[in-house]
Amino acid sequence: MKPLQPVSASARALYGVSFFVLFVAVWSAATFGGFVPPLFLASPLAMVGEGANLLIHHGFVFDIAVTVWRVVGGFILAAAIALPLGVMMGAYKPIEAFFEPFVSFARYLPASAFIPLLILWAGIGETQKLLVIFIGSFFQLVLMIAVAVGGVRRDLVDAAYTLGASDRSLVTRVLLPNAAPEIAEILRMVLGWAWTYVIVAELIGSSSGIGHMITDSQALLNTGQIIFGIIVIGIIGLISDFLFKAANERLFPWARL
Amino acid sequence: MSKLSIEGVGKLFPARRGAQPTRALTPTSLAIADNDFITILGPSGCGKSTLLRVVAGLETASEGRVLLDGAPVTGPGADRGMVFQSYTLFPWLTIEDNIAFGLRERGAPEAERRDAARRWAERVGLKGFERHYPRQLSGGMQQRTAIARALANDPKILLLDEPFGALDNQTRALMQEMLLGIWERERKTVIFVTHDVEEAIFMASRVVVMTARPGRIKADIAVNLPHPRPYTIKTSADFVALKERLVEEIRAEVVGLAH
Ligand SMILES: Nc1ncnc2c1ncn2[C@@H]1O[C@H](COP(=O)(O)OP(=O)(O)OP(=O)(O)O)[C@@H](O)[C@H]1O
Ligand SMILES: [Mg+2]
Repeated sequence: MKPLQPVSASARALYGVSFFVLFVAVWSAATFGGFVPPLFLASPLAMVGEGANLLIHHGFVFDIAVTVWRVVGGFILAAAIALPLGVMMGAYKPIEAFFEPFVSFARYLPASAFIPLLILWAGIGETQKLLVIFIGSFFQLVLMIAVAVGGVRRDLVDAAYTLGASDRSLVTRVLLPNAAPEIAEILRMVLGWAWTYVIVAELIGSSSGIGHMITDSQALLNTGQIIFGIIVIGIIGLISDFLFKAANERLFPWARL
Repeated sequence: MSKLSIEGVGKLFPARRGAQPTRALTPTSLAIADNDFITILGPSGCGKSTLLRVVAGLETASEGRVLLDGAPVTGPGADRGMVFQSYTLFPWLTIEDNIAFGLRERGAPEAERRDAARRWAERVGLKGFERHYPRQLSGGMQQRTAIARALANDPKILLLDEPFGALDNQTRALMQEMLLGIWERERKTVIFVTHDVEEAIFMASRVVVMTARPGRIKADIAVNLPHPRPYTIKTSADFVALKERLVEEIRAEVVGLAH
């Protein structure tokens, strides 16, 4: 192995899959070998069985859809406001000076700690779930986008000005395209965090969603269902990550050169 | 009347946290005629870039003023094109779109932009690379694009800050010939900063020598070599004599600095 030496696409896929295989193998050995009692950890087979049961008899597909909608809805809401605000903060230093201290402070407020308060304010309906996601992702997005936009190379700015760029087109034709791939990467990352908030929001005061199913299963000590729920979240995360990466590569081919 | 007049322009960078303020440029005056090709030669840190950036409007002068066609320079603008020492192509734009950046800013229609980009790409020897991204090009090709990008904007004056500084000798020589060829055809007014004596003489109609920091003008020498100048002129007697004289001027500076 040499540092930073790339691997071929097929070798890469092989390595990636092998770790999953190893993971399931260790899990199987621990459960089928009787090292861990089924009460604490279901075997892979039991998990698959419980999963089929959930999907076929308990309408789990609906729960998945509800959770996805909450994450995506709350996240799009946060991104729609964070994007213009972050860009303005990155481009204009007085605006940054005005918002940055508060946003930095708000960023450390844990979204899950707001859940009791949000239930008080917004009830246990969808609004509350969306707000949790919003609080969890908005401040992170704003700050990271502002840094990405402000991090432009000064000589590119100088070059644009000597080519006759106005202040306005400096923002739209230089700062924005320059930061775009990084902003896409930030969105991908924060979307991943949003998933952790939604499950917590659904664990408390909810009657649908993956998180709700997990709390129900805990009451029944059904570890198979819990693990199935967790794995579904992982798989959805993997898919959204893959879609994001593919979109980024298509949208910003120059960034990978 | 001269095209560009630099009148007593000096630059003092303000003090930072207890450090002394930095005098980058002592007040300097220089008049540049239309169609002149001026090269500015001076040791590292003498304020060449600072002077050029003041002319470009990217830096405000601490004293003095710059007049272009009689009008004072107050900020950067499309009438003064600049090529930087670092590679400053926009990595998200193709070569063609980089060259047309200024035209688009002016609201030129698509067809005109494409046309100008094609023409300039060809002139700097980048035909066939119009659709490439800057990172797919070598350093020399990127600097050629940067020159095309500045010239496609049709500036009144072209400012170049050691544009070939990072290139190897062969590439550098080719670039000099290319730039000189363009100048001989277009007769632009050019200020070219370098610390390479041969480069300074080869292209210039006038070489301005600056002293070590804080810089001021020490010598202003006309270069009366005939045009067009083939590359072989670098071995001619006139060229060699001029080179010896300039090397002596610079050496005095660098030696003075060391003592
Ligand atoms: N933004 C700045 N703040 C403070 N000092 C500066 C700044 N820019 C340049 N200087 C100082 O001004 C002096 C002249 O700098 P300048 O970049 O003009 O030199 P130069 O002649 O272009 O050198 P080189 O040939 O190495 O590019 C240097 O001593 C430098 O330290
Ligand atoms: Mg310099």
